[in-house]
Amino acid sequence: MGTAPMTLAEKVWERHVVHRAEGEPDLLYVDLHLVHEVTSPEAFDGLRMAGRALRRPDLTVATMDHNVPTGPGPIDPVSVRQMEALSRNCREFGVTLYPTGDRGQGIVHVIGPQMGLTQPGLVIVCGDSHTSTHGAFGALAFGIGTSEVEHVLATQTLPQKRPGTMAITVEGDLPPGVSAKDVILGIIARIGTGGGVGHILEYRGSAIRSLGMEGRMTVCNMSIEAGARAGVVAPDDTTYAWLERTPHAPTGPAWEAALEEWRSLPTDDGAAFDAEVEIDAGSLRPHVSWGTNPAQTVTIDDVVPEPADDAAARALAYMALSPGTPIRDIRPDTVFIGSCTNSRLTDLREAAAILRGRRVAPGLRAMVVPGSMLVKHQAEREGLDEVFRRAGFDWRDAGCSMCLGMNPDQLAPGERSASTSNRNFEGRQGAGGRTHLVSPAVAAATAVAGHFATPEDLGP
Amino acid sequence: MRAFTTHTGRALPLDRADVDTDQIIPAVHLRRIERTGFGPFLFEAWRKDPSFVLNRPEHAGATILVTGPNFGGGSSREHAVWALEDHGFRAILAPSFADIFRNNCTKVGLLPVELPETAVRTLMGLVAAEPATEITVDLRARLVTAPGVEQPFAMDDFTRWRLLEGLDDIGLTLRHEDEIAAFERSRPARLPSLAPPPAPAG
Repeated sequence: MGTAPMTLAEKVWERHVVHRAEGEPDLLYVDLHLVHEVTSPEAFDGLRMAGRALRRPDLTVATMDHNVPTGPGPIDPVSVRQMEALSRNCREFGVTLYPTGDRGQGIVHVIGPQMGLTQPGLVIVCGDSHTSTHGAFGALAFGIGTSEVEHVLATQTLPQKRPGTMAITVEGDLPPGVSAKDVILGIIARIGTGGGVGHILEYRGSAIRSLGMEGRMTVCNMSIEAGARAGVVAPDDTTYAWLERTPHAPTGPAWEAALEEWRSLPTDDGAAFDAEVEIDAGSLRPHVSWGTNPAQTVTIDDVVPEPADDAAARALAYMALSPGTPIRDIRPDTVFIGSCTNSRLTDLREAAAILRGRRVAPGLRAMVVPGSMLVKHQAEREGLDEVFRRAGFDWRDAGCSMCLGMNPDQLAPGERSASTSNRNFEGRQGAGGRTHLVSPAVAAATAVAGHFATPEDLGP
Repeated sequence: MRAFTTHTGRALPLDRADVDTDQIIPAVHLRRIERTGFGPFLFEAWRKDPSFVLNRPEHAGATILVTGPNFGGGSSREHAVWALEDHGFRAILAPSFADIFRNNCTKVGLLPVELPETAVRTLMGLVAAEPATEITVDLRARLVTAPGVEQPFAMDDFTRWRLLEGLDDIGLTLRHEDEIAAFERSRPARLPSLAPPPAPAG
């Protein structure tokens, strides 16, 4: 008797069902729980108040990222209190913590994959919506709220209603200069900010397979910007090559056993998705967002569009943009390279290659915030820090930084950024700030040109 | 969790689509380590505009938020739900919600009610014409009523039961502790872990 063909997401889901009953959500086992300082303190308090233990400290790992300083200067006492609360909670409950100042510290979605804790077929959760990043390895990974964080701490499980599945197939060769960031911005522009609600996205097709792990992480990272809690890519040799170099990968016979299981994960031929979207890779161009949600995005060759509705008109007013303005005529005040979307070594290499021997345009503020202290050290070994510094960029310590404007790395009211982060919501990078989402290559070229630009625009 | 059975109150019409959680509560206010005290920062940026609907005296004391599609997108911050609750809201009526936000609401006891877009428009019209209009959200009957409106809504039986009883999810899950332990025994040793597993009980 054969089993019905299944999608990758369905396989991972089915292998983690602890309890299933008619009319109830499935109870899923969680293989890895990532914790950070902002969404966990109330959850640990909840455990204490109920007198509950943390069920699996060995499957829980914590870091400080959202709120940490990335440059010199005093830290406000409210932030210190939050970081101290995480240290105290980790000590009390026996959780491994990579605190600020530690070599292992970094953005939670950068350190999981770099340590090899993120592996195919796992269920991974974190009190952060960009947990979808880990889906790049063929893991089912999604963001949860603080009540759910407490639930996972106490039970290592989560009751969940199974979402639908959506195939997003990007077939063909990506044109030169088109990066993973442009792929996902193109996808979101097509399906909208609510297009993935209630679904797990599976990114497929030759253009996705051609991406390295870091590019796949960029794509999966922004699944939530299309409304999907999770996005996945089938594991393949690219995935295994990354994992083989990581400290937490299994070794010897365990590696062989793991490989055998991982190879059973990709979607079966004939498996049905609840929805399917097809995108021609060859039609993609570098993208720049013009509005206040990530679907309000056009290509760099376009102009600011005529508002199609009230929301778009509101967005244009907030962004202080007029329809018909060429995107290349827009001049940002700040360039930010960082965030869980684009702060990995490949991202920094791409940006540095463009900045080598060039200078940031006069008056423009530019900063690079590596995704982890390990990424920072690797970049320094390659001399990338010098390239950035000579070009006029600030070279910072690891953290979420200006992606969400929780620490002092913020836009001033009215200030405009070209940012490699994931959200251009009103005030996201600081109250009154105006964010344009771009790839690392466009961010670097824009920093040099002083207006939105591609590397080709800079000439030889 | 706070139980929800039925609630009657006045409504705040927030006629915007895609309201994200950064608007509901900006990140700079997420540095608190308590669940309380977020209400004063609800919609902080928009509130700076004196004409913003939340500032209008005729809507003071509203306990039901009526708003546009895809409410609560973006960040998973449960602080957004805490801020709405802290401000006094008990239910949100919208054509659709973002997944994580909706989940967070049902864990806290703030009722997310999905209604057809036409019904939301009707309710917004009623409240705009007469701010003192009272709306009743009855979870037992899965029904929203207002003058001239009787609109059923869907909510799965399990979530409804949990909300009606105000049940703690962790308590419910721990009824399956044996199954959790059995699942753990079946997990291969090669799976990633950070420390030696806890010593077996007994």
